[in-house]
Amino acid sequence: MSTNENKDQFRPEDHENDHFLLTTVVGSYPKPKWLNRAKELYQDPDHGFDEDDYQEAKDDAARLITNEHERAGLDVVVDGEMRRNEMVEFFAHRIEGYEFNGPVKVWGHNYFDKPSVVSEVEYTDSWLVDEYEFTAEATDRPVKVPITGPYTLANWSFNEAYEDDDELTLALADLVNEEIEKLVDAGARYIQIDEPALATTPDDHAIVGEALEQIVADIPDEVRIGLHVCYGDYSRIYPEILEFPVDEFDLELANGDYDQLDVFKDPEFTADLALGVTDVHVAEVESVEQIEENIKKGLEVVPPEQLVVSPDCGVKLLPREVAYGKMANMVEAARNVEADLDEGTIDIERDTAAPADD
Amino acid sequence: MENIKRRYSLAAPTMTEYVSTTPGLFPLPDWAKDDLSDLKGHQKHDLIGGDEGEEIASVYEQARAEVIEGQQDAGLDRVVEGQLRWDDMLAHPLAVHDNVETRGIVRYYDNNNFYREPVVSGDLEFSGDVAGELEAASELTDDLQAVLPGPYSLADLATDEQYGDEAEFLGAIADFLAGEVDAFPDVETLFLLEPSLVENAPEDGTDERASEAIDQVASATDADVVVQPYWGALEEKVYAHLLDADIDAVGFDFVANQDDNLYNIQEYGAPADISLGLADGQNTLVEDPEAIRDRVDWVEGQLPVAEFETVYLTTNTETFYLPYAKYEEKLAVLAEAADLAEVTVA
Repeated sequence: MSTNENKDQFRPEDHENDHFLLTTVVGSYPKPKWLNRAKELYQDPDHGFDEDDYQEAKDDAARLITNEHERAGLDVVVDGEMRRNEMVEFFAHRIEGYEFNGPVKVWGHNYFDKPSVVSEVEYTDSWLVDEYEFTAEATDRPVKVPITGPYTLANWSFNEAYEDDDELTLALADLVNEEIEKLVDAGARYIQIDEPALATTPDDHAIVGEALEQIVADIPDEVRIGLHVCYGDYSRIYPEILEFPVDEFDLELANGDYDQLDVFKDPEFTADLALGVTDVHVAEVESVEQIEENIKKGLEVVPPEQLVVSPDCGVKLLPREVAYGKMANMVEAARNVEADLDEGTIDIERDTAAPADD
Repeated sequence: MENIKRRYSLAAPTMTEYVSTTPGLFPLPDWAKDDLSDLKGHQKHDLIGGDEGEEIASVYEQARAEVIEGQQDAGLDRVVEGQLRWDDMLAHPLAVHDNVETRGIVRYYDNNNFYREPVVSGDLEFSGDVAGELEAASELTDDLQAVLPGPYSLADLATDEQYGDEAEFLGAIADFLAGEVDAFPDVETLFLLEPSLVENAPEDGTDERASEAIDQVASATDADVVVQPYWGALEEKVYAHLLDADIDAVGFDFVANQDDNLYNIQEYGAPADISLGLADGQNTLVEDPEAIRDRVDWVEGQLPVAEFETVYLTTNTETFYLPYAKYEEKLAVLAEAADLAEVTVA
């Protein structure tokens, strides 16, 4: 069994099996109802619930969900993005050069406050360092920091200020790079860049690659960089994405029942694969056995050293008890598959013409 | 493709009429977004089915009156109903049809927008849904412009499980749309939106059938018919075939592509009327009316043409992509630009 130093730095000291399939989440988690209620009170000008009170509520929620991730047994935890509202809005509020003009339709009566870039984007205060430091303080487990990537930040905004979206993407990449440097200084070792927009406009993989090069410039090698992409036609971005300077690709595949799995078998998947093994659009908890089968799908693409286990996407739209059930079953399934791998009872042939290294 | 001669007028100059308008499909006013979210819900099965109850219908009625008044206040020459009920955007006329099932949520062209995939599973008989909207709007304005998806785009957005053959399906969609148009109240203009002619350009043979289908829908009305493709320029052959249809104007998206659109007009000519998409329907940056007027001058200056009879000035795309306040500003700019263009020419 070969090793994978970058991934193994997150292996718990008391890990029970020889094999290690790192378990984690993509990021978002259902907010406790009282947190939404607290937000309403905070936004109500007639109510005495002030900013400090709301801050305390968010701190409590972050601690609670971080702890819930621990209880589910995850190897790497997140605070469930309790402080964030939406993946573009949250950052746009913190970046100089953005303004908000009101909600726009995504589909049906689902809207979001799509921001406009009206002048040069600038980095002022840190976006996520406080969030990271708080979560790291609240747990002994490694903490992952999800951050929306520059391509998605550019694509899901109106661009009034830059010649084209590529130019805006690269300007934002510099800001994301600055933020990641600060996170690394604060101790973060696992960063996940979320680029859902890539799946919707797959012809743009070149600009995403260029932006990633800018983002990881001067970031130490031991810092694990993941890229999350979801809900798209992966055949249009693979194998080109293998050129991206990231350690791990976090991919949604359970929702489509692994119908796109073969895309990643040829050519050989050279990075780590964080495989979506539970469907976040189905409000029923998959059984441990089902998730074990899903995890084994990943072993058709990469050897165990390169496999990470995760839900398809953020789980924030699920009922909270369903979200928890999926996490807990996912961890149990991963441990079972590890044990089977230790015993050599799993015989999966990878179709790729990989050299015999295991 | 017999009609590739230039069709614009080379005779004695007549005065060009500049008409400010839009391709419709407006954003809902923010209060209506809230009210309808509460009344209808956020899920797939909550979207409009054509059988909405009184409470929901009255919100739409109020919102329709508001956007019609907004267009009148802005000074637009043509007023659209607003298509505020079109939850599924251009797929709406099928999505509310009795013999169409709506399935999963699918991407709307290359946008971060989604609609329910309409699956045609029975004969596309007369519906009257859009005519009903226009009847209501016609009581509020005398400058009414109807808006429909063009037959090629509507077929492209849908899935056929009834007709079994691409050509037959396109024909059935054209029959259906022509029947709907036939039931419209009197309108000044009919805009047929055809983004799929650009985004999923028809191949040999289909391009001719697309033109015939458009011709069939256009023939169902006495109103001026404008066919508006967008998100780029038409391929040459597609454009040449489109000119064979009996339509009054073709639209050009000069926001997305200038060179190829100019080339098409220079090479193949254009009908006597033209529609210029000059304000960006997908960006909050609000153009100056003078800048729009200058773009009109620029386009006209590039063409070896004496004069168009009518030039429609419009956003290149639908405007539901915009926050409501920005959409309102865009309308005002178009109206003012058309006024400026009239003055310049006179």
